[in-house]
Amino acid sequence: MKHISHQIRRISLISLILSANAFALDTEFHGFVDGRAGMRTQNDPYEDQQSLAEIRAQLDSLTYLDAFTLQIRADLVYDALADDPEKIDLQTGEGFIDLREFNILFTPVDWADVKLGRQILTWGTGDLLFINDLFPKDWNSFFLGRDTEYLKAPSDAIYASLFPSFGSIDIAYTPRFDADRYIDGSRISYWNQGLNRIAGQDAIIKTDVPNNNFEDDEIAARFYRSVKGYEAALYFYSGFWKSPAGADPVSGKATFPNLNVYGASAKGTLGSGIVSTELGYYDSRDDSGGGNPFVRNSEFRFLAGYERELAKNFSAGIQYYLEHMMDHNDYLDGLPSTKYAADENRHVVTLRLTRMLMNQNLILSLFTYYSPSDHDVYLRPVATYKLDDHWKLTANGNFFIGQYDHTFFGQFKNNNNVNLGVRYSY
Amino acid sequence: MKTGIIAALLLGLTTGANAELSVDEIVTKANEAAYYAGSDGRADVTMNIVDKSGSTRTREFTLLRMNTKGGSQKFYVYFKKPADLYKQAYIVWKEVDENKEDSRWLWLPALNLNKRIAPGEKRTSFVGSDFVYEDVSGRNLKEDTHELVETTATQYVVKNTPRNPGDVEFSYYTVMIDKDTFLPRKAEYFDKNGKLYRTVEATKVETIQGFPTVIESVVKDLNTGGSTINTFSKIEYNIGLKEASFEERFLRRPPREVTR
Repeated sequence: MKHISHQIRRISLISLILSANAFALDTEFHGFVDGRAGMRTQNDPYEDQQSLAEIRAQLDSLTYLDAFTLQIRADLVYDALADDPEKIDLQTGEGFIDLREFNILFTPVDWADVKLGRQILTWGTGDLLFINDLFPKDWNSFFLGRDTEYLKAPSDAIYASLFPSFGSIDIAYTPRFDADRYIDGSRISYWNQGLNRIAGQDAIIKTDVPNNNFEDDEIAARFYRSVKGYEAALYFYSGFWKSPAGADPVSGKATFPNLNVYGASAKGTLGSGIVSTELGYYDSRDDSGGGNPFVRNSEFRFLAGYERELAKNFSAGIQYYLEHMMDHNDYLDGLPSTKYAADENRHVVTLRLTRMLMNQNLILSLFTYYSPSDHDVYLRPVATYKLDDHWKLTANGNFFIGQYDHTFFGQFKNNNNVNLGVRYSY
Repeated sequence: MKTGIIAALLLGLTTGANAELSVDEIVTKANEAAYYAGSDGRADVTMNIVDKSGSTRTREFTLLRMNTKGGSQKFYVYFKKPADLYKQAYIVWKEVDENKEDSRWLWLPALNLNKRIAPGEKRTSFVGSDFVYEDVSGRNLKEDTHELVETTATQYVVKNTPRNPGDVEFSYYTVMIDKDTFLPRKAEYFDKNGKLYRTVEATKVETIQGFPTVIESVVKDLNTGGSTINTFSKIEYNIGLKEASFEERFLRRPPREVTR
């Protein structure tokens, strides 16, 4: 009986909300249609010559209701290169629908906002480098040359922002681990450690993804406030390595070992530019001693950056980034051969140059990653031209140069590609 | 400067009480009339950017402004059009102290990214228009020296020369200020060779809630042949904005004042 009255109350509450909303309904629709084609500029024995051939239509709807805001943003995709167009996987974005956002945003109390559902999450200070941002990334989209927004993959999470007087707190709880859309060999060839060579579609990485609701969960938290004009932040993450970082010696599958990250950052103005710094300690909890060859070592990561305008409509940003392996000797001891071993320190320098021309309708940018320790380079030129308020053309290249096949960017040397895109936004 | 003072004195004898104002008082009053009306305000802005061939691009945004302590101000810009700028938001904390830089943030909704903008970019075009960022929030009076070069029956003409000429693309600019309302009506910018290359003009003015308000302004770039027309509508003053609305929280969750 109690149950029934509870149900009735719930139904009447719902109808009350619906009838209230019928008067307040206020939806904005936007979106775009984007066609993109790309090809490799050299032969890749393990991949298709075509790197991109797809059309996507994004529909973005935002509905203002009295109690909350509802956002739905989905891409309908025709991908001529998809291996199985019938398959739909909202987690990996495979198939004809890629649901980017589906969430409600509400303010339960004055000092808090909550966003519940599928959403894109970002934080941290790096420019295309991430230390404390452990939200899922889509590395395939990034290296294949889709729009930069596709580097961020969606999370299914509850995101609570609290605003007490002493600062701001964000907590993202993901009940089921959201892995990166990692490089698995199906679209991009990579260094395969087991085979000791570059591989691709011949050796697609099989993984064992932690996928139990509320057990294989992730929590990411940030506390930030202004300190003497600088935005200072502390971070915590508990979850898993976001891309494969280990292997199960029995099944041979790649794994996502447990990971905790503790970090901090600061960002602010210095002279006429913006200076930023960030650090993080990656505690690879399944390999606390560093000697487990099947689990990635713990790491200390650091970055520092500075960006400013060099001339009108011409800006530059430079970053230094370090990945330091905590137990390098133990790591070396665990390897059957040290021939393809990673260095104790991976140093990376990035440079972004952006030039805006023709009333900012033509934007030329070049982002360069250079690692003096790995002896490899990733060049990412992008040119966009806005024909008018609706049409936009994009040309992009992704070029990988490396002395060795096993380094982070060097392994992608057969994936050099150029692509062209045309987008109509409405 | 000296001739300016003499001119002001001479004109002061003939034009009555207002002319006794010093040039600093004039530019201060003009700055207040142009950027500080009420304790806060909002407006919808339609920006038509016309290039020399006549093709037009349109931006629509809602602008919030709030006066804070000691002449500082906060601005919130929320874009509605074109589609590729939809939901982008932009916050400025304008500082008037000489040793303090403005703070500016841009919200990129597709990336859920809050991007801090370098303070050096003040003289860069605002979203591809002929307006620069500094036109939106106002140029700090302390950046220039001011000289009253002419007083007509209805206007003051003030010449403004930058203290740091290396920071800007002009060598000086003159501003014509209405005597009755103190609204700046036209600014003319001269390049390093003394040639007029840019004008900013308040082409329509109305009194709203007692405040003389520019409801249409036009900037012309004489070098490129381009122009931008700003039309302001739904202007309201003293709407009771809270300073908290200009924090990062409200980049993620735009306040009702801009979305409706």
